[in-house]
Amino acid sequence: MADDAAQATDEDAREEVHEVVPPWDEVAAALWERFDGAVFHDSHGQAVVYLDRTHWADAATMLRDDEQFTSCIDMTVVDHLVDAERVVVPGVGPARYEVVANLLSHPRNRRIRLITEVPADDTTVASITAVYPGMNFAEREAYDMFGIEFTGHPDLTRILMPDDWVGHPLRKDDAPARVPVTFKGDPGPR
Amino acid sequence: MSDATDTTGSDATETEHAGFTDPDDAEVVAPGMTLVEEDEEFERLERQTDEGDQLLTQHSEIVVTGGPWPEVEGESQTMIINMGPQHPSTHGVLRIMLELDGETVVRAKPVIGYLHTGMEKTGEQLTYVQGGTNVTRMDYASPIANELVFAMAVERLLDVEVPERAVWIRMLLAELSRMASHLLFQATNGMDLGAVSMMLYGWREREETLRVLELITGLRMNHNFVRPGGVAADLPDGWQLACLDLCEIVERGISEYDELLTGNPIWLERMVGVGVITTEEALALSASGPILRSTGFAWDLRKTQPYLAYDDVDFDVIYTENGDCFDRYRIRLFEIAESIKIVRQCVERMPAGDFRVQDKKVTPPPRARIDESMEALIHHFKLFTEGFRVPAGETYVAVESPRGEVGCYLVSDGTGKPARMHVRGPSFYNLQSMHPMISERMVADGVAIVSSVDPIMGEVDR
Repeated sequence: MADDAAQATDEDAREEVHEVVPPWDEVAAALWERFDGAVFHDSHGQAVVYLDRTHWADAATMLRDDEQFTSCIDMTVVDHLVDAERVVVPGVGPARYEVVANLLSHPRNRRIRLITEVPADDTTVASITAVYPGMNFAEREAYDMFGIEFTGHPDLTRILMPDDWVGHPLRKDDAPARVPVTFKGDPGPR
Repeated sequence: MSDATDTTGSDATETEHAGFTDPDDAEVVAPGMTLVEEDEEFERLERQTDEGDQLLTQHSEIVVTGGPWPEVEGESQTMIINMGPQHPSTHGVLRIMLELDGETVVRAKPVIGYLHTGMEKTGEQLTYVQGGTNVTRMDYASPIANELVFAMAVERLLDVEVPERAVWIRMLLAELSRMASHLLFQATNGMDLGAVSMMLYGWREREETLRVLELITGLRMNHNFVRPGGVAADLPDGWQLACLDLCEIVERGISEYDELLTGNPIWLERMVGVGVITTEEALALSASGPILRSTGFAWDLRKTQPYLAYDDVDFDVIYTENGDCFDRYRIRLFEIAESIKIVRQCVERMPAGDFRVQDKKVTPPPRARIDESMEALIHHFKLFTEGFRVPAGETYVAVESPRGEVGCYLVSDGTGKPARMHVRGPSFYNLQSMHPMISERMVADGVAIVSSVDPIMGEVDR
């Protein structure tokens, strides 16, 4: 009985999430069918799908192979350490980092945004450079700026900051002016 | 000549290079030379002999120049060489690591970050009103595109509709900016390939374009004119005439470039078939703009996902089939003409009305009101010191800049400053697409290829 009830509530929850997927967005529906825990969100008229971290690369592969998403147009990370307010989509467990990828289907002339939550204590996500080679630089930038490690990336090194830089500048706890500005030949404070 | 036809083998005495130019004598080759069958190959040899450097000695079979290089036995050695970061053709501080096998590029790896100033971090410290001053410095060759994409992202989060006149002013400015950027490309591309006078010509017309932009926005570059909610000011008196005059000047200019360059044999030699990229490669590498269009893929966000009033004006998307440097040059040349078309339509059809939204939340009061009303002064002060609050949310907006898709991913946490402001610089991704263009090409083609990618390091490094 108890099991049945639990199952029923699970299914109800699933039904509820499914109802959130509007009929116009078939790609989001396909992602929802395929991956557990995928949540659709309509963000100012743009289709956004929140995915579990483990499905990140698979979702990219699926979008490229089955849904004609020819380009991953952009990838970036958001650090939600100190947000005053945060839009928490129902069904998504918010974590400190969000990896955001904007994909574009040229044949279908439409976009979709994939977001995955990355906790602060385990900042690894699967690399999608094998699916979208154009994300090579973007993932390096995300690593450089936020310290997100993309497993399977061919050359995960710093891209914008110097190789010996310590820290990840775009993290919210990496304050600007942490490193004092020095000028060559500057005698220093008197 | 007939004697020469009969003699083969090592005793062949070729005192003149007629044997290489006449297809009938094609089988007469000095030993060590490969027999040339294909016309293309033959033409290549012919050209080399005509250069005058070729020397065929009496008894040896060595061709001093133009002959095939002896093959090195065993593993060939590669060498890594740095191009830049202070190379004149790298448009700022781009460094490219080239792995060379002889004079052929095996791999190329752009090394970037020399111009990194943390503009995305700065964007988190600035209010939405101040944000424009920051993004406009990213792509400094076409600043309006960046301002536009940032303003559009803020407006989407605010859910603000911009008045029609503001939309058309933005479109006019975006096209003027595109013209300036492509004219700059014509100048630098010419200079990179040794057509130094081209630099002066391109700069001349670009300067005229900047003069009109200065008339409208007050600044030649880094305008900060497109603001969330509209534009900073209305169009000045006489803008129509200035724009129409400019159109004529630039039209004359581009027909001059066309005459000077497009049919020029040296130009063709340096550009045609150099730096070829296919549509599949360009799409996989997230390239956009002229690079994607040069591969025969007509993709221009102004047409495919219209923003502003681009679906209301008449213009064509320029695309070509070959995907080489010459095509990218031609696309940019003809895009100037398309921009002129749009500018003319803007002049003709500029709607009347307000140049910014009359929403007190985002719009400062008119200057005249500040002198007479305390409330207006406070309002003005608050808006420019604290800015306005933007509802929490996130959005991605993309527009077509001269270099490709420039996008802004904006996350608001409900305060007066963005929680995250990320700009997708098209050059950042276009630089990656250099690898398929440059590999297996000669080092000297590298300069032509970098130039045809037209990267602006400001938006690559941000």
